[in-house]
Amino acid sequence: MGFTLFYLSAIVLIPLAALIIRPWEPGFADFWKEITAPRVLAALKLSFGASAIAAAINGVFGLIVAWVLVRYRFPGKKIVDALVDLPFALPTAVAGIALSALYASNGWLGGPLEKAGIKIAYTPRGVIVALIFIGLPFVVRTLQPVLSDLSRDSEEAAATLGATRFQTFRRVILPTLAPTLLTGTAMAFARAVGEYGSVIFIAGNLPMVSEITPLLIIIKLQEYDYAGAAAIGVVMLAVSFVFLFALNALQAMVSARR
Amino acid sequence: MKAIPILRPRAPTDDHPLVKITLSAITIGFIALFLFMPLLTVFAEALAKGWAMAEDALVEPDAFAAIRLTLITAAIAVPLNMIFGLAASWAIAKFDFWGKNLLITLIDIPFSVSPVVSGLVFVLIFGLQGWLGQWLRDNDIKIVFALPGIVLATIFVTFPFVARELIPLMTDQGRDEEEAAVSLGASGWSTFFRVTLPNIKWALLYGVLLCNARAMGEFGAVSVVSGHIRGLTNTMPLHVEVLYNDYQYVGAFAVASVLALLALVTLVLKSVLEWRFADEIAAGHRH
Repeated sequence: MGFTLFYLSAIVLIPLAALIIRPWEPGFADFWKEITAPRVLAALKLSFGASAIAAAINGVFGLIVAWVLVRYRFPGKKIVDALVDLPFALPTAVAGIALSALYASNGWLGGPLEKAGIKIAYTPRGVIVALIFIGLPFVVRTLQPVLSDLSRDSEEAAATLGATRFQTFRRVILPTLAPTLLTGTAMAFARAVGEYGSVIFIAGNLPMVSEITPLLIIIKLQEYDYAGAAAIGVVMLAVSFVFLFALNALQAMVSARR
Repeated sequence: MKAIPILRPRAPTDDHPLVKITLSAITIGFIALFLFMPLLTVFAEALAKGWAMAEDALVEPDAFAAIRLTLITAAIAVPLNMIFGLAASWAIAKFDFWGKNLLITLIDIPFSVSPVVSGLVFVLIFGLQGWLGQWLRDNDIKIVFALPGIVLATIFVTFPFVARELIPLMTDQGRDEEEAAVSLGASGWSTFFRVTLPNIKWALLYGVLLCNARAMGEFGAVSVVSGHIRGLTNTMPLHVEVLYNDYQYVGAFAVASVLALLALVTLVLKSVLEWRFADEIAAGHRH
């Protein structure tokens, strides 16, 4: 017990406290000026916007993937299922260079897409692609256990009462899954906001256009602007905390309903 | 007599075959596009100029140093977090105390913090302009841009893995068996090694496996504290970055394919554990 608390404090709590205290040293006005600088605002906008789009796409496709993996049988299903965890296991830098090679104008996908007039790599769209990659398992893995626990009784009842399969899905299945789907999507979003490794290679990192917030922290550190880096870091940390507690509340709600 | 084919009507809770085919196709297409193709790209790019080139990239001294540093870092961070994970979940599952839920939430923090922020906190403490920067400089101790910083950042980001797998399992198992052992005269340690540990060994292995994969592959946090000194403070993922930014694509993808292989081995072992010991892992599909 003592060891647990000591280790937790030494590794996690004290370092985080160091971050939280730091940006206030020059005063609140400087902190505010720091985080409302146009370049910082652009980075925050990109990070949150791209994460939201990627999370929404993952919400839709993650639901389909989870549904297929739980309900259907087809050859190679085990492999597809195991592959879903790839983004957890693959180092983010590896994912980053792979996605960027794949979607660059001479890449397997980037070439044909560019001919069709869609440029992915080195644009904000590249950021979204990387964030889809990183977020998918959160949605699928959160939904899977709930989907397999889902009893078919209510679906049968709905069918008996004359509902079409689509009506059953919309009126019976989706409302039951909604909190879990929301949890998974929120987890994907939270992860995406802070993601660094898989994004920076494909993003192109143009200031004001495709520069994500975590990268801006690193740039500030390289310029020895510790206060600036800490100010952005605190904003990101605050967002993480809000999400952490919102997710905990959401999960408590879900388990209370079951 | 000819066998009459039995046409079973579709169950009311079964999807229409057309729906099934469409959704399955979307799933396979999506996974292939977003997960399988990037994985394939890593190996294809590594071998684009033949085996020999890829091999050369792996045996040159900087790559070798990076592999060594990655192994050392994991060898320190993983056991420490394993011990912590055991201690924390033991305390949480077997004892009652005030603030337990807060403790569980605190353990999860590193998962919800951006890797870059995880690295940043250590620079703010140990960096040149950090809290302890001047003192460390006076005493000639290097933490940031050296091994200790890399290890600290790695420990931070892999902190929750083991505890997260063990807490739900050990809470489920309760403390009856331990109480029985103690009442029969077993000491604390022998209760732990003979009763608790055998009950959680597969879940522990599962947690250690995930912890190790992340420790070897961590990029963002380590990138902040490493300083990118070639042959000295570059772990494998950082070496990949340096090579890639140098336009040495074959080298970058060769080192990356080693990391990708590690990820694949992790996935296979993970699937085996999930399939073989589903009940004993019990925490289910979580990460």
